[in-house]
Amino acid sequence: MASPNYDIPGASAPADSVPANTPAAAAGPRDSGARTVAEVLKESRVEAVMDELDRDLVGLLPVKQRIRDIAALLVIDKLRMNLGLQAQAPSMHMCFTGNPGTGKTTIAMRMAEILHRLGYVRSGHLIAVTRDDLVGEYIGHTAPKTREVLKKAMGGVLFIDEAYYLYRPENERDYGQEAIEILMQVMENHRDDLVVILAGYKERMDTFFQSNPGMSSRIAHHIEFPDYSVDELLRIAELMLEEQNYAFGDGTRDVMRDYLERRIRQPRFANARSVRNALDRARLRQASRLFRDRDLVLSKTDLSAIAPADLLASRIFQDGRPVGD
Amino acid sequence: MMRNPTGRITQGQFSFLPDLTDDEIRMQVAYGLDHGYAWSIEYTDDPHPRNVYWEMYGMPMFDLKDPAGVLMDLAECRKTFPQHYIRLVAFDSTRGVESIRMSFIVNRPENEPGFGLYRQEGHGRTMGYTVRSYATDKPDGERY
Repeated sequence: MASPNYDIPGASAPADSVPANTPAAAAGPRDSGARTVAEVLKESRVEAVMDELDRDLVGLLPVKQRIRDIAALLVIDKLRMNLGLQAQAPSMHMCFTGNPGTGKTTIAMRMAEILHRLGYVRSGHLIAVTRDDLVGEYIGHTAPKTREVLKKAMGGVLFIDEAYYLYRPENERDYGQEAIEILMQVMENHRDDLVVILAGYKERMDTFFQSNPGMSSRIAHHIEFPDYSVDELLRIAELMLEEQNYAFGDGTRDVMRDYLERRIRQPRFANARSVRNALDRARLRQASRLFRDRDLVLSKTDLSAIAPADLLASRIFQDGRPVGD
Repeated sequence: MMRNPTGRITQGQFSFLPDLTDDEIRMQVAYGLDHGYAWSIEYTDDPHPRNVYWEMYGMPMFDLKDPAGVLMDLAECRKTFPQHYIRLVAFDSTRGVESIRMSFIVNRPENEPGFGLYRQEGHGRTMGYTVRSYATDKPDGERY
């Protein structure tokens, strides 16, 4: 019953024209009169996020370049839209590959913010999930579970960490395939509604894509995260300490460099995450060092400085045997 | 009154208005989500105005940020039950409320035959009245 056989009191227009004057075209980016790149950037305040990205995140040059490209495309698309040049919304699904601790999740969070500022996604929230959140335990459990996650992610970004776990070739009754199919379908049909970001280690993601070629072709941006150099790791360590109101004491910086050079050669090195763990342990040692002397008056510098001894106590410096984090 | 002159069932919000378009539904859903309500989809083919026990289509949708998810499920529900009544229900979990805040019909069968009025004579010429949809003459699943 599209057209009822009665009139709404007070409404002069026929019922059909109602949607025309409601601001219902909320789907696409907001239309505005912007004509230059600067105007769009000012409107969307995306520059602030990009600057923040440059300031807070060390290294990752190829990643930052790609994000700039994407931002540029979306800005130009917005200008085209303002002049009435219709184009299909570009596919923004992404795949982040890289070793552990290279900043995949951090970038994904920023990505949600950037895409939101540019009006590509509507709410800019990020739902981070793993295999457990998508794949069910028994027949008929997977589809509703996957759909629920997808519904929650609508209007924002769905971040699937370690996405290669979704596909388990060794178990032919695995429900992962079902989740992948639903995911692909929604990625295709609801391109305006959500952005899917897959993340995982390079080799395993390659195997994953080999067995799911449809998935690979639906993802426009394959971004690789390079490992950090020692200098970059040092800079990261400094930023991390700064965030928590700590600082390197005299000579600690060199010890940290030495520590990182040794740690990189050890197995299970997880880039920034290893740095974070090392600093957390250094904080523990600093606390017990200060704790020992009960009568010492502790100044602000005493309380915030990480001394060389705090790092030198690490097992890394004792012998060459491999250690965990 | 339980029914209106058009024979269309009236229940919940907006039911005296023309059917909402998808864009209008989207805006209502967005309003509910802004207030933190959880939407759910229900359907029935038993069109009594007092029938409040409808079947659930899927689980209530908590933690949604965007109406697109609700609309996606609604599209599926419409595909499965094109000739049923479908309504959207918003549940407000605020302590002290914990109840339905919004509810409106978003899908109707093409042909709504309307209701018959039945009278029962009682003691002392008193009259009891009841309404009954002509659609419910047929068994469940074959109506409409």
